[in-house]
Amino acid sequence: MALLAETPPESGAPDRTPRRGLSGMRRQEARTGRLLLSPTVLIVVLIVVLPIIWAVSLAFQRARLLNIRRVGLVGNYTLDNFSRVLQSDGFWSTLWTTVVYTVGGTIGSIGLGLVAALALRRPFRGRGAVRAVMLLPYITPVVAATFVWTVALDPQFGIVNAWGTLFLGWNEAIPFLSTPQSHLFGIPVPTALLVVIAFETWRYFPFAFLFLVARMQAIPGDLDEAARVDGASIWQRFTNVVWPQLLPVIALLALLRFIFTFNKFDDVYLLTGGGANTEVISVRVYEFLTARKDVGLAAAQAVVLALVLVGLIVIYLRAQARADRSAGR
Amino acid sequence: MTAVESPPAAPATAEPVRRRRVRSTEEKVWGTVRVLTIVFLVLITVVPFWYMIVLSLRPIQQVLLDPGRIWVSFSELTAGSYRAVFRSGDNGGQGFLLFLRNSAIVAVLTTAVTLLAAIPGAYAVSRLRFGGRKLISGLFLVVYLFPPMVLAIPLFVLFTRIGLRGSLPGLALVYVAQTVPVAIFMLRNYFETIPESLEEAGLIDGLTHLGVLRRISLPLAVPSVVATALYVFMIAWNEFLFALLFLLERPDRWTVSLGLSRLSGSIEVPSTVLMAGSVVLTVPIVVLFFVAERRLVEGLTAGGEKG
Repeated sequence: MALLAETPPESGAPDRTPRRGLSGMRRQEARTGRLLLSPTVLIVVLIVVLPIIWAVSLAFQRARLLNIRRVGLVGNYTLDNFSRVLQSDGFWSTLWTTVVYTVGGTIGSIGLGLVAALALRRPFRGRGAVRAVMLLPYITPVVAATFVWTVALDPQFGIVNAWGTLFLGWNEAIPFLSTPQSHLFGIPVPTALLVVIAFETWRYFPFAFLFLVARMQAIPGDLDEAARVDGASIWQRFTNVVWPQLLPVIALLALLRFIFTFNKFDDVYLLTGGGANTEVISVRVYEFLTARKDVGLAAAQAVVLALVLVGLIVIYLRAQARADRSAGR
Repeated sequence: MTAVESPPAAPATAEPVRRRRVRSTEEKVWGTVRVLTIVFLVLITVVPFWYMIVLSLRPIQQVLLDPGRIWVSFSELTAGSYRAVFRSGDNGGQGFLLFLRNSAIVAVLTTAVTLLAAIPGAYAVSRLRFGGRKLISGLFLVVYLFPPMVLAIPLFVLFTRIGLRGSLPGLALVYVAQTVPVAIFMLRNYFETIPESLEEAGLIDGLTHLGVLRRISLPLAVPSVVATALYVFMIAWNEFLFALLFLLERPDRWTVSLGLSRLSGSIEVPSTVLMAGSVVLTVPIVVLFFVAERRLVEGLTAGGEKG
């Protein structure tokens, strides 16, 4: 799980034994190693690396689905697609929506995951069952999860609106997933976008929870106990003992969740189809590809997605390095 | 990723009973907050699935009349939605049996090929020394974090060109490429916990590296292999984007996820049928998850008692 956390095992100190038999063994070991990895590397290079290079090349060409047979790796390169992407209607608003959605979903899922991990920290009867049940949103297929939400939020027969009008005194049913904006106490709120963020929070808090639980179990118990004996309040114990121990995991989680949410396609596509001001970049790429059948434009938009993502990650890592330095770590 | 991480269930009553400390007001307040939080968490995770099952068992007319009900009364209980879901397309149903078969083919194929590639790969990464290993780790990390949408475009075009669109093995191949790196990371972590002396003993006894992997490391790594297999199966079963791009024009090849998502478009399909389809899609994965999770814990503890 902690893909980023661990450094690959160092190849050990180079062991300079001058015996000939050993170096022969070394060579054989290296050969076996490459042989064992070669199927994987072959698949990854063929199905991931080469296609991505081709995608970048397509972004610089005029490529429609109709003329795709004539488009190769090299052709008449042009920046046309990029200028069209940057000038197209809704590019900036899509980018902004994606950022809001990503930041909201990241903070939401990690926050709720932290709350869950803290609540389940001390053992109680049935904790194992509660823990298992809490993984449900994460393991459930996305299509089923989005459908439950869609049906529950339906203005006609959804349970949320039924209860809202029955118990909460709503005047009329709210079509949550098709309302771009509504007013709550006079403040405009982006309704559909908030619902999509709530979905993201709900679906991925178990992911954060698992990371945090694993880390919490490693916190020495006597540290907490000592703080308690010293008369620290529960809140002080959290901020001074638990929180600093969790901080590195939370930083890692923030990075992972940010990347995954930024790339997300299916959740938004299945919930709103990108309507009601919830269009994120991936959904837009999909529209360019399938509805407009413009491969070049879609590829350019996808490359922009990847570039923005890389840019944001660099900013994040820089900020984290600075924070680490100032914290003296 | 999910399965391996979930720690074994805690013993039911670990707290010693005899601890008569006076609970301060502060502790009482936080204790209440904690209980409320747990109740809240259980509600938000269980209620949606409960609601899904309830709707799938109620007739649509009743749901329209009384949408706020979260239980099924005995008189209205019906399996009609499930019948509609399973009946084949020729008989006016949704043909989910076919979709289930397709999903199973893709998921099993993906899991098998991924493990076949990942087990030797993970062993190599964790135990053998050779140049270029760091580069490969970096490559895998990029694959894991890269936007799937960027990959979707060239594969869509490529598969259109070479006629692989609509092919289940073709789809499985794409899943393999995306899951192998994660599978290698998961298995590697486990291989590294196996004492190296065991493997060295095998080498001294004249086994090759492959022999060591087959006779010594792999049998010890079974729980981790099961967890990895489960994770890969789950990804392949749940995946939506690539299934949508590659199989859309071939309804006879649709996976359950894709078939279900196509139902929502038409007005004739009532939402009770949608919910029945969602149950059909979800149940296999949930059952598999809970069965294997327990197995996993059992396997680990049994080994501990013997050793």
